[in-house]
Amino acid sequence: MNQSLEGHADHRFDGELSSLHLLILKMGGLTLNQSQLSLQAILQQDIVAAQTVIGKEPDIDSLEATVDSRIVELISKRSPIAKDLRITMAFSKIVVDLEHVADEAAKIATIVLILNDGNPKLSKRQTRDIASMGKLSVGYLETAIQAFDTLDVKLANSILNAELELNEEFQSALRYSMTFVLEDARTLGNSINIMLMLKSLERIGTHAQNIAEYVIYVVHGINIHHQRRATDKKNGN
Amino acid sequence: MAKKINEQPETTIDINDNHVKDTIEIHSSKPKVSREDRSTMGEIRVSNPRMRCSDINVYYGDKHAIKNLNLDVGNSEILAMIGPSGCGKSTFLRCLNRMNDTIDICRVTGSIEMDDKDINDSSIDVVPLRATVGMVFQKPNPFPKSIRENITFGPKIHGLASHKDDLEGIVETSLKKAGLWGEVKDRLDQPGTGLSGGQQQRLCIARTIAVEPEIILMDEPCSALDPISTAAIEELMMDLKENFSICIVTHSMQQAARVSERTAYFHLGDLIEVGDTKQIFNNPLHQLTEDYITGRFG
Repeated sequence: MNQSLEGHADHRFDGELSSLHLLILKMGGLTLNQSQLSLQAILQQDIVAAQTVIGKEPDIDSLEATVDSRIVELISKRSPIAKDLRITMAFSKIVVDLEHVADEAAKIATIVLILNDGNPKLSKRQTRDIASMGKLSVGYLETAIQAFDTLDVKLANSILNAELELNEEFQSALRYSMTFVLEDARTLGNSINIMLMLKSLERIGTHAQNIAEYVIYVVHGINIHHQRRATDKKNGN
Repeated sequence: MAKKINEQPETTIDINDNHVKDTIEIHSSKPKVSREDRSTMGEIRVSNPRMRCSDINVYYGDKHAIKNLNLDVGNSEILAMIGPSGCGKSTFLRCLNRMNDTIDICRVTGSIEMDDKDINDSSIDVVPLRATVGMVFQKPNPFPKSIRENITFGPKIHGLASHKDDLEGIVETSLKKAGLWGEVKDRLDQPGTGLSGGQQQRLCIARTIAVEPEIILMDEPCSALDPISTAAIEELMMDLKENFSICIVTHSMQQAARVSERTAYFHLGDLIEVGDTKQIFNNPLHQLTEDYITGRFG
């Protein structure tokens, strides 16, 4: 149990917060697994992995619904305040991000199945780009879930500070796919699918960063989401 | 000595700052004020004080009940005082209209300035003081008289009205302000004690208003009331604050969060933290405040 969730005079409140925390961590674990499998499906053209990802998506949707209903129950019963309120708000937002990550993994898996209907169509460079993006995004997600587990601001900051890296990888991979299309217009359909997968991987990384922001919100009560977006825009990212 | 609120982490980040990430690092390194630090956190002073309390110490015999307290009560504001039982919040409230004078073993030092005068000064007459600084108690305590007489008693003894028509005007105005007129206008001669608990409490508020106070002190005014009566009193407080300053002691965190602009947290005779209610309930500066409002108080 995370110490930040403990210490209420009514110990049942500790238990309710901790069990929600554990449920979300379980959802995080499943979502991470989905992301890893979807990456494996692309890189190894693993149809079984892609089918597994698609098959497990409803489990995550169902977990999200369970967490949502438990959060509503907790708010109505406990009226959380201050840190407890921030934790509850963060719980409620993190599950949405996790569910979106699972959606992105399912999108990737679906594209893998489409691509593998014909001949394998990934160039070496594209495989390398996807592997590189995937490593970053899935790595961010793993770190974000760890940061959420221990409410570790330092760990959360490590992902937020690395945002440019993911963005640069994404832009570079996009440029390369565009070159492909410019050279041979017949590759357009294939390139769009690859770009969609790259975008999904980029989204997974962004959702991981959102989770990291919630960790900072829980610990310090500072919502940095929009400030970071404004700064990104200002810096042209 | 009180610390300034701006010595603590800001709750927002300047979006024009190109080094947001650095800012996050800076914020991350600022923990809450430790439980051992007993100095007051937050802004104790306001720009438009109605009352200014400086270096207040209260003793019950040998017991030091309030220690070096400094706090302003602003104009037209609701100031909530929260804290565990025995922390000194009600004692402090009672200092504001010298109700502690009635306790033989109680000794108050320091100054409480209102209109540039120290209310503890021996030249101050406590009767008009208690009309200016009215009080509503935890348990509704209407006089065993009619509803009308409950209201007219104060204005009569304070000489605020002598003519019957004037008194009738005060009865109607006070009951209207207290949100009770519609419910009792046809039975003003019936006993005040025959009203429901919520109505009795509103009658006590009307009785307080009738003597034209400037500050109303409320000591857990809703603790004996059902949620509907509580909602009526809270709505009334929001209306009253346009013309009065209200200090309320409450054990309900939600009530403090709902009605007050500023909240003060007391612990073992110390004013631990005071500040904007939103800040106190979202992200207090002091660990003791957070412990208490989140129910972690051991």
